[in-house]
Amino acid sequence: MSNEINVKFFAALRETLNCDGLSIPHNESITTIADVKQVLIANKPDWQAPLASNSLLMAVNHEMVQSDHLVKAGDEVAFFPPVTGG
Amino acid sequence: MIKVQQQDFDQAHEYQTLLNNTDADGAIVTFVGKVRNHNLGQNVKGLHLEHYPEMTQKALMDIVQQAKTRWNLGNVTVIHRIGDLLIGEQIVFIGVTSAHRKNAFEACEFIIDYLKVSAPFWKKELTDNGEKWLEARKSDEQQVTKW
Repeated sequence: MSNEINVKFFAALRETLNCDGLSIPHNESITTIADVKQVLIANKPDWQAPLASNSLLMAVNHEMVQSDHLVKAGDEVAFFPPVTGG
Repeated sequence: MIKVQQQDFDQAHEYQTLLNNTDADGAIVTFVGKVRNHNLGQNVKGLHLEHYPEMTQKALMDIVQQAKTRWNLGNVTVIHRIGDLLIGEQIVFIGVTSAHRKNAFEACEFIIDYLKVSAPFWKKELTDNGEKWLEARKSDEQQVTKW
């Protein structure tokens, strides 16, 4: 199994970050989706503001979750703005 | 049946599909959402619809499953388009059959209400002043609290 976490970004957030996704190595300090965010911000300080937005939605393995949701190696974690379909 | 597709859909065809094996159902309710030419006081020329391909089908299936748990339903169809859409084009189709009209009306509304707040689609508007991502509406979030 992969020991990485796959991260994806969508819509306005993808454009703001100018990135549709990346992988980060999983380690013991990453237990929740909030930790994933911290690693991303540590790597790219510019991402602090866009990733800190309260309205940001999160999904783990294609299911919407809260920021205290647990993550493990091999998970796909997605961040995106509130949805506007229909 | 759930479909996420670029191409247009034909309501007459979808209606016929909904009719399959529904001799016990006396009601069919359908909803179609289309692209309008204005939003929040601005002219709109068209839309671009982005989605999260690996998640969309599952999110829609979850909503339909919830509706089927709450109401006694026959067939349910949800179609959502993606890509570039012009004014007047169809975006979304919801069709529900049930023994009686109340269940069908309510389930159809429930599905579109939840789709609007939990299915991973995003609209980008093409306006006279350039492109702009649509912001989610508080009214859509309030709407689901009624369920």
